[in-house]
Amino acid sequence: MANDSMALLNDILHKDEGALLQNWVDTQVNSPNFRPDRTNRQELTDHSRRFLALLREAVKAGDSDIMASSWTGVREMLDELSVNRAQQGFSPSETATFVFSLKQPVFDRLKNAAGSGVEALSWLWPTNLLLDRLGLYTTEVFQRGRERVIIRQQQELMELSTPVVTLWEGVLALPLIGTLDSARTQVVMESLLQRIVDSGASIAIIDITGVPTVDTVTAQHLLKTVAAARLMGADCIISGIRPQIAQTIVHLGVDLGTVITKATLADAFAIAMKRLGLAVHKTQAAPRRRDESAPDARPSDDRREA
Amino acid sequence: MGEYLLVTIQVDMHDRLAMSLQDDLTSKIVSVHARGVLIDISALEMVDSFIGRMFGDIAAMSRVLDAETVVVGMRPAVAITLVELGLSLTGVRTALNIERGMELLRNLTESRGDDAGSTR
Repeated sequence: MANDSMALLNDILHKDEGALLQNWVDTQVNSPNFRPDRTNRQELTDHSRRFLALLREAVKAGDSDIMASSWTGVREMLDELSVNRAQQGFSPSETATFVFSLKQPVFDRLKNAAGSGVEALSWLWPTNLLLDRLGLYTTEVFQRGRERVIIRQQQELMELSTPVVTLWEGVLALPLIGTLDSARTQVVMESLLQRIVDSGASIAIIDITGVPTVDTVTAQHLLKTVAAARLMGADCIISGIRPQIAQTIVHLGVDLGTVITKATLADAFAIAMKRLGLAVHKTQAAPRRRDESAPDARPSDDRREA
Repeated sequence: MGEYLLVTIQVDMHDRLAMSLQDDLTSKIVSVHARGVLIDISALEMVDSFIGRMFGDIAAMSRVLDAETVVVGMRPAVAITLVELGLSLTGVRTALNIERGMELLRNLTESRGDDAGSTR
């Protein structure tokens, strides 16, 4: 039965492809899910024509399992279409309509070919199943496309949120903002260690001003990062500890061990400069009020090697 | 290298090799009266807990034999692995590369020499 039905479908797809394509595109354009702002008739016709051509080949092979190798072309086309639509912001049902809207024109033709009566129903069923499967397949791929977008954004967010800044030759700063969980610590640790290798820095300042809460897990992560940096030959200073966080750390009984901690990034930087044998001093008396509008005060010139 | 020993680990360490390194190193320290040991592990890509502990052991042994140990050139991946294994090598001094390690060793042995001189 299934094979007969496939043969019938094959006939239909071959007989009047022009009209079928026309009907199908009409159905798509008239459906409430049509998005004139995202796509147009021309594009839709192109997609539909390609799909019909691929579908014809697949149906010709006579296999009704859409996961079979003869359906690879159709699947690839749907993959591409769904992923594109997912990225363009179509909804899943708008995407699946592409396939489901093919039902109407195909069924009309099946009806004509098979005549009326109970038998016609049995002709319809396998085709119905086939188109349903294809439609569901688009939805699945659409979902996967969306998920990929989300994952990519997550990764980007993670990389964006963990910049390693060079404060001075040999001094790195790692301003942490947001909650520290295991995955993020991993990224933080990796990027910090890599930068230590690249820049040959001997001091790293981890600034936790932007970390809202510190619990035992976060503290553990911080200590791990410090330990790893130490193994690479760099000393770590933790700065930006707010009063509440200091209280929490003590109440939780977290032992920060021998790690140097400072209240502000400036204090930490001062320590770092001292370690490197550098000092900050003024090169001249503070400029008078009038001079403040001078093009550059060049604050970096104030720092000179001791 | 003068009064310092330089150990470069070029191959992946396995346990037997690690043990023989310990033996060789300790006997070498004694025979050349080394004041410092520099272990370069920049070629080491994989560590396990045993190797990690071995570094700690070597440092402790050298200390007993009056030599300072500095581990240099650890790769980021190796550092992360060791920390995840819970081995932060507290007794071992580390440096980024051989140059820095040498500097550190020199400082260490000098300051120690000064201390010895002042107590005399």
